[in-house]
Amino acid sequence: MEEAGGVKLFGFWVSPFAQRVKWALKLKGIQYEYIEEDKYNKSPLLLKLNPVYGKVPVLVHNGKPISESIIILEYIDAVWKQAPLLPQDPYERAQAHFWAKFAEEKVRQSVVEAMCSSGDEKQKAVKLAVEAFEEFEKELKRRGTKFFGGETIGFVDIVAGCISYQLPVHEEVGSIKILDSSKFPGISEWIRNFLNHPLINEGLPQKDQMFAYYSKRSKEIAYQKMSHKTV
Amino acid sequence: MPTNDVKLLGAPASQYVNRVQFALNLKSIDYEFIPQNMREKSELLLKSNPVHKNIPVLLHGDKPICDSLVIVQYIDEFWFDGPSILPSDPYDRAIARFWAAYIDDKWIPFFKELTTAKDEESKTALVEKILEGLKFFEDVFVKASKGKCFFGGETIGFLDIVLGCYLGWLKAWGIQLDVNFLDEAKTPALVGWAESFSSDKAIHGIIPETEELFRILQIILARAADAASK
Repeated sequence: MEEAGGVKLFGFWVSPFAQRVKWALKLKGIQYEYIEEDKYNKSPLLLKLNPVYGKVPVLVHNGKPISESIIILEYIDAVWKQAPLLPQDPYERAQAHFWAKFAEEKVRQSVVEAMCSSGDEKQKAVKLAVEAFEEFEKELKRRGTKFFGGETIGFVDIVAGCISYQLPVHEEVGSIKILDSSKFPGISEWIRNFLNHPLINEGLPQKDQMFAYYSKRSKEIAYQKMSHKTV
Repeated sequence: MPTNDVKLLGAPASQYVNRVQFALNLKSIDYEFIPQNMREKSELLLKSNPVHKNIPVLLHGDKPICDSLVIVQYIDEFWFDGPSILPSDPYDRAIARFWAAYIDDKWIPFFKELTTAKDEESKTALVEKILEGLKFFEDVFVKASKGKCFFGGETIGFLDIVLGCYLGWLKAWGIQLDVNFLDEAKTPALVGWAESFSSDKAIHGIIPETEELFRILQIILARAADAASK
């Protein structure tokens, strides 16, 4: 086990981005100090560590801050070589980077978009989300392995993994249905396997607390979108 | 005739395609450039990038690699015996990747928003955001270059490629809006960098002439205005 001396993680209890980093640190057996930030009352320290976005997660290693969850994952994998998250082969690595970006931009973001929007926009967003899931299902089937990373959890699994425990909440808050298990048997199986891992399932936020948070957050996002439109 | 079976599907005026060309040149890799018509996508493009149907796509043998940042990193990792593009230190790599993501996710999209900006107020606000970004890049450059010519130090690196690809478009937009984006008084280090970058032999001749980009920009703006009126 690594010494706690050098590693700090600034997070927020419900942040799927901070969760990605927690998973990576746990899978590699890296000890770290966790600092909980309040999204609605950010500490001056966080704003100093991440002056561009002022967001979590921020990983601080040997006093140096790194922001953006996917970039933090790449950093962790480069520094701590045990339980590698990315493959060694350059082509396989390129595929992992590609699908991680897809998981974040097309899969996770489209679900949130569908949750927060209404009317025609909601219908469009749900359609996009389902299309993204179809691509994801196809890729999983093509690989034919338990996880994107192979037989063990890897980079793409961690980036996509937030949908495993947050999707049901987003669906309920947004009154949408995206993950039909008969239509997406591969993704459904992948989610089961992913959540079955003790380090993945450990310490996830409570479902009712997530529901309350996203109900409020969904209205906030919808309001922000509307006010931008009037400017 | 290219000896290592590398093909690039792209269009000469695409800054994302230009990034890949820079990287291939830096590593002295021969390749075949296959121009694509994005308004009538080829079978080859649709087969090589079925998910996004977009350029650039690098075809290495029969393997397609998509997304300009992914391709540049692939080139750096596969042809590891050529000059390094990404920094070797993991922390410096993280910083380079952070700013690359900012450029692609925040900064370049400001220009895209400009194409559909309806009034002077929103255009001014976007120009302010672009200039703010350039001030960030000035600071990043001063820290990363350590007194040398490039973000990568003595040689062209990842961030040089990611930002440098947009220099032509930045000039074209500057003419369009009558704004001097790279101002010697405000971002002197970046002005110097732009000169060093553009004249480097791996870079020179890839980005189309500003007149050509300005001409294309007029077409883009006309199309956007047309779409908005429908």
